[in-house]
Amino acid sequence: MATLQLRDIRKSFASVEVIKGINLEIGDREFVVFVGPSGCGKSTLLRMIAGLEEITSGDLMIDGKRINRVGPADRGLAMVFQSYALYPHMTVRQNMAFALRLAGVSKAERDRKVDEAARILQLEPYLERRPKDLSGGQRQRVAIGRAIVRQPKVFLFDEPLSNLDAALRGQMRIELLRLHEELKATMIYVTHDQVEAMTMADKIVVLRAGVVEQVGTPLELYHHPANLFVAGFIGSPRMNLMPARVVKSSGTGISVALPSGPEILVPVEGAGTASGDAVTLGIRPEGLRIEPSGAIAGTVALVERLGGLTLLHVTIEGGEPVTVQIEGSDATKARDQIRLAVDPAACHLFDKAGQALPQRARHPLAA
Amino acid sequence: MVAPLLVMPSIIVLLAWMIVPLVMTLWFSFQYYNLVDPSARGFAGIDNYVYLVTDPDFWVSLRTTLVLLASVLVITVGLGTLLAVLFNQPFPGRNIARVLAISPFFVMPTVSALIWKNLLMHPIYGVFGALASMIGLQPVDWFAQFPLASIIAIVSWEWLPFALLILLTAVQSLDHEQKEAARMDGAGPLAQFYFITLPHLSRAIGVVIMIETIFLLTVFAEIFVTTSGGPGNATTNLAFLIYARALLQYDIGGASAGGVVAIILANIVAFFLVRSIARRLEV
Repeated sequence: MATLQLRDIRKSFASVEVIKGINLEIGDREFVVFVGPSGCGKSTLLRMIAGLEEITSGDLMIDGKRINRVGPADRGLAMVFQSYALYPHMTVRQNMAFALRLAGVSKAERDRKVDEAARILQLEPYLERRPKDLSGGQRQRVAIGRAIVRQPKVFLFDEPLSNLDAALRGQMRIELLRLHEELKATMIYVTHDQVEAMTMADKIVVLRAGVVEQVGTPLELYHHPANLFVAGFIGSPRMNLMPARVVKSSGTGISVALPSGPEILVPVEGAGTASGDAVTLGIRPEGLRIEPSGAIAGTVALVERLGGLTLLHVTIEGGEPVTVQIEGSDATKARDQIRLAVDPAACHLFDKAGQALPQRARHPLAA
Repeated sequence: MVAPLLVMPSIIVLLAWMIVPLVMTLWFSFQYYNLVDPSARGFAGIDNYVYLVTDPDFWVSLRTTLVLLASVLVITVGLGTLLAVLFNQPFPGRNIARVLAISPFFVMPTVSALIWKNLLMHPIYGVFGALASMIGLQPVDWFAQFPLASIIAIVSWEWLPFALLILLTAVQSLDHEQKEAARMDGAGPLAQFYFITLPHLSRAIGVVIMIETIFLLTVFAEIFVTTSGGPGNATTNLAFLIYARALLQYDIGGASAGGVVAIILANIVAFFLVRSIARRLEV
């Protein structure tokens, strides 16, 4: 139905450049998530695609046609706003039918389309109510319904779940995925919540300060982060990052030494590194486990018991704090002395510039 | 025992400021009481009222009061809404322009009426007359030829800033995502104004209408300073009629009857106004 191409898209406010040349391909029926910390330009980028912000330079193409100068209503897009932006003086039905009414669609046709959207979103009992008489989740669904009735080529979502409580957010995530399945539409979704990004996206675009840091599937970003920023941003709890020094590079990987002594063999391509180089070692919390013969010694500072998972905050020799994630409930207490073993496959190495050294073996699900 | 004592001061103030004049007005309205004829005193029954409603001047003044009210409301609310939207757009010097647009409200009515009468509308010394003769037209003697329209212009000029001020703050409180959503839905500037901005302003417009109505029913200074109700009775509204009865003809009884009618009129207007606005405030 719809593909998007962004070619060297830039945006400046006065003399400040906030979007610094973005290139991106979005395929038909893809669910793409823009994720990044606040102020990274993800919302601005979405608004540029929507036509609410002017594009300073570059080409924005939908289905191969350049639409930089096309008005927001004529791009065939629909947007769901963070505040929902429902019209307070109109009923739910009037809210959803507003675009069709402006387009001069007949009353019967409007009612048919609104009823259809209301059925998909289970809004039928609320059609004659006003937004103020609805709960947050219902308002959210009306905002989505307003987008659906226009039958857009692309749906745009600007942090749509950030005003909902945690339970509702989880439920709406599933509903949005079901909707994506049912409508077979291309969707672009902006969030700062990496859980939303991981669970919903076909493709995640990680942005920082107006630049794309990495594009890939959720598991690609998780198992093969391109740099330190992506490694730290994707995954919860965060990846443990600690300074290390290259000991030697061989055919099977690179041996690095932590400041406190222990050596770890990380299976990455070692071309271009020399022994003595300063690198950053990244270990996912689930890549560490308690083992009496483990290489790293440490003291447990804090234990978080989530039931199914246990998170240990451990201070290792040399003072570095690390997080360890253990399946199930664990008996370890705060102030316990423990030794940790490292799963080499869960380790990453980053050079001085913060770029990841390529893994020797791709993760099977992130090929 | 203590409670009645404690509310006493407020009741006394209320009596002194409201109830006493009201009761005295009612009392005088049923009395023959003319200051230039002290001998003719006594109970008049409804004579003062009969005399009032059979006086053609009364009906003219009632009509003038309502025409003045309606015209000024239409002008100030209509122009005020448009100006509020305009002054909400970013343009260089916006803050100064806003202050200038609001400043007429700070000029007292007698002064602004004098300014309009002598500096703007005077056929010989006025700016309008000078402009007209500059392009070869006959200067217009505004207060002679269009007396009521002139009064309406002056009062509108005074009250437009008030409407603008209230409506501008209301426009500023409009959620900009709503307007963007409307843009995405295909609404042009006019449709955005009609479907989004205007409904958003309805509450503020109600407040403006209510407050202006209270003051516009009693316009006096502007008429007194410029036309003194003339020519003839062309600009005599109810307030000016009562003034003329009481302080030009010294007929306290007749003036009081007019005052009672004014109270009733204000209450009728207030009843419909409060009802319609109270309903709107619920939304």
